[in-house]
Amino acid sequence: MNNFSTAITTGNAALEGAFRNPSGCAISGIFSKNGKLMSGNAIIESIEIMHERSNGLGGGFAAYGIYPEHKHEYALHIFHNSIGSKIETEKYLEETFEVSAASTIPIQPVPGIDQGPLIWRYFATPRRDKLRDSQQDEREFTARAVFHINRDIDGSFVFSSGKNMGVFKAVGYPEDVGRFYRLSEYEGYCFTAHGRYPTNTPGWWGGAHPFSLLDTTVVHNGEISSYDANRRSIEMYGYPCTLQTDTEVIAYIIDYLTRRQGLTFEEVCRVTAAPFWSEIEKMPADERREYEFLRTVFSPYLITGPFSILVGFTGGMMALNDRLKLRSMVAAEKGDLLYCASEESAIRLIEPDLDKVWAPSGGECVIARLTPDAHKKIYG
Amino acid sequence: MSLNYIYPDNEVVRNYDKCICCRACERQCANEVHEYLEEADKMIADDAKCVNCHRCVSICPVRALKIVPTDHEFRKNTSWKKKDIYEVYKQAESGGVLLSSMGNPSEFPVYWDKILLNASQVTNPSIDPLREPMETKVFLGAKEESVKRGEDGRLITKTSPQLKLELPVMFSAMSYGSISYNAHESLARASQEAGTFYNTGEGGLHEDFYKYGGNTIVQVASGRFGVHREYLETAAAIEIKMGQGAKPGIGGHLPGKKVGPNVSRTRMIPEGTDAISPAPHHDIYSIEDLRQLVFSLKEATAYKKPVIVKIAAVHNVAAIVSGIARSGADIVAIDGFRGGTGAAPTRIRDNVGIPIEVALAQVDSRLRDEGIRDKISVVAAGSIRSSADVIKAVALGADAVYIGTSALLALGCHLCRTCNQGKCNWGIATQRMDLVKRLNPDIGYKRLVNLMTAWKHEIEEMMGGMGINSIEALRGNRLMLRGVGLTDVELRMLGIKHAGESA
Repeated sequence: MNNFSTAITTGNAALEGAFRNPSGCAISGIFSKNGKLMSGNAIIESIEIMHERSNGLGGGFAAYGIYPEHKHEYALHIFHNSIGSKIETEKYLEETFEVSAASTIPIQPVPGIDQGPLIWRYFATPRRDKLRDSQQDEREFTARAVFHINRDIDGSFVFSSGKNMGVFKAVGYPEDVGRFYRLSEYEGYCFTAHGRYPTNTPGWWGGAHPFSLLDTTVVHNGEISSYDANRRSIEMYGYPCTLQTDTEVIAYIIDYLTRRQGLTFEEVCRVTAAPFWSEIEKMPADERREYEFLRTVFSPYLITGPFSILVGFTGGMMALNDRLKLRSMVAAEKGDLLYCASEESAIRLIEPDLDKVWAPSGGECVIARLTPDAHKKIYG
Repeated sequence: MSLNYIYPDNEVVRNYDKCICCRACERQCANEVHEYLEEADKMIADDAKCVNCHRCVSICPVRALKIVPTDHEFRKNTSWKKKDIYEVYKQAESGGVLLSSMGNPSEFPVYWDKILLNASQVTNPSIDPLREPMETKVFLGAKEESVKRGEDGRLITKTSPQLKLELPVMFSAMSYGSISYNAHESLARASQEAGTFYNTGEGGLHEDFYKYGGNTIVQVASGRFGVHREYLETAAAIEIKMGQGAKPGIGGHLPGKKVGPNVSRTRMIPEGTDAISPAPHHDIYSIEDLRQLVFSLKEATAYKKPVIVKIAAVHNVAAIVSGIARSGADIVAIDGFRGGTGAAPTRIRDNVGIPIEVALAQVDSRLRDEGIRDKISVVAAGSIRSSADVIKAVALGADAVYIGTSALLALGCHLCRTCNQGKCNWGIATQRMDLVKRLNPDIGYKRLVNLMTAWKHEIEEMMGGMGINSIEALRGNRLMLRGVGLTDVELRMLGIKHAGESA
């Protein structure tokens, strides 16, 4: 168990991961299909207008395409609770990765963001010999390294571990968190944001959203009723859930289904927010067989209860509501941009003149991807 | 012959102000309890013959009858209860093994009754099953471990054979022989209408019921009664019976007097002979042997049908099921120590095995620890009494449950626990034609369907309250459960928290 939270909470405050912590929230995301780079200003404005949906106990962002000069390396963002845990983590990293750069993540003091942990960033590539000996692919190797640090090194927590992307999060209101991390100085083709309204007050930075593994990030609004069924199933496949938050489980499910099982994001939606059997029965035979297959084989990963999520991944962004649409979510398009947010106001504020605005229905998968040209430019 | 030391457990109480001497009770009682005294124009009863099945009580047009437990008692003794004393008397008299029927009635904890469910409040909404779809459909069978795609990139949708249930409840194994033709017909027709399955038990399948094969699970037990090619091919699934909750570790015995022409033909044994199922399968002395039988049956049916392995819940049940999950079986059915039976040695029934709640929780946890929960579906059996028990079993980790006693109750059984005597006044556990015809399958099947319909509604209601709209999201969802009045060890074994502990 990670005891990171033990040390940084004070008094009798409950610990993240020691109990289940449902929360209400606000989410917002912007995606440019042409790979046009934007600063973090728009996403901060967008999430700020939904201030009332958060309660100052967690905010965060995911940004894609922000590290072009290090695009072939894993960008590890790590909270260190102490110099001791930092030394231990860095020793482990040195043994297992080639670290090309290590520095603190630039911040600026902002009222509303209290003293937090040490916030470090490492650009790293698995050591070839270690990778070969592990008989894993590079992504699995890195994912396991993340689990190792988060679970076994007391006081360090990897909160971002993808390539050419990064997660930035803290305890506070999201707009303050964005300014704290100087997001206006980053340029990316996709941003997602989250303001948290937890029903408990662990006050742990790692508990804020987005939650991520490798390049998959999830921001989430809702409280899923299937939590323990999902958790106990995904844990079987090497995803220890230590935080007891819905978002952690959802992120792992998406990673498992896409990376390990090779499902497309569209297929992930058919698993996690599956259509009702009554709808599946009405489908043409070919389609019906596929839907039946996915619902049957991956039944432990059906997610019930209210949720709206934005999933960021390399080259794409996906928005999804639970199948009854028990949480608000609006999507909009303007040119090559896709916007998704808990409230329409959060989109209108940054782009009043939209081509199209709609409320995706329950279980409807909204996905934007980079055009092939843009993908080549950014990742090639 | 010595004195009869046994005073009857029950007394037949007749209200003579109401009794009209219609003699219906006399005609209806297969145990010949009631008698009409012509000269006195009066009905009398022999309490010693009464099994307390309530047939006469139900049939009496003027409600003149009731059966009450006798207040005749021994001198108070905490150690030596009346039951203990009488059992000594009986054995001193007969020199035989005591026999009993139905499930263990002794005072062991019923964990279902010490588990409470959750409901949604404020942070997430409950769901109204009258307004929103609520799904109880379940697929039983091994799930694929990895996704395969064709050259066109489309998913290859072939899976291991699956049983599709409209609700996570099936009728458990009760053989033709132990129960009647009409009881079997009722179960078969009800399964078809309710979209679930019934189980032939080890007595073979009467030819008349082949037409319900799509809803039939056929059993292959240690006696191999009635097992032939058509029997296997007719069925939707095949169950290897390794054990039974009511009598773990021992076989079965259908007395010759129950083996009439039809039972004889169905079981493929001579009329009037005892049908004895050995305690073990004599071709299965270890797990690798089980694997061979699983694959023999799969070979015989072209890998088109799921194979179920049914075991009794015993102390090392988790390790056993772990072995079964790796034996090629698609489904494992675990029968708890309260499970019913047509006949079992009393000492075995009342002293062997463990509660299904604990066994199920341990099995589900073990399979997950080993990463093989998806290789096999888990069916829990043995004392599922209501839809609430079903919900709790699913949340502990079951894919579905089997019900036996509940189904028999729906058919009119009054739990007198004398099935072994073959004189069931309700036409269920008997082969006497005059008694069998009392169970009208047209009514019987409808009552079973009603029970399934009612439970389905209740399951939907409870799921909706928890904010869950599909049963798979409840499976193994133990955070939805809380224990009350349980010790730390019991909570740990069940894998649940105590009431009051937040998540």
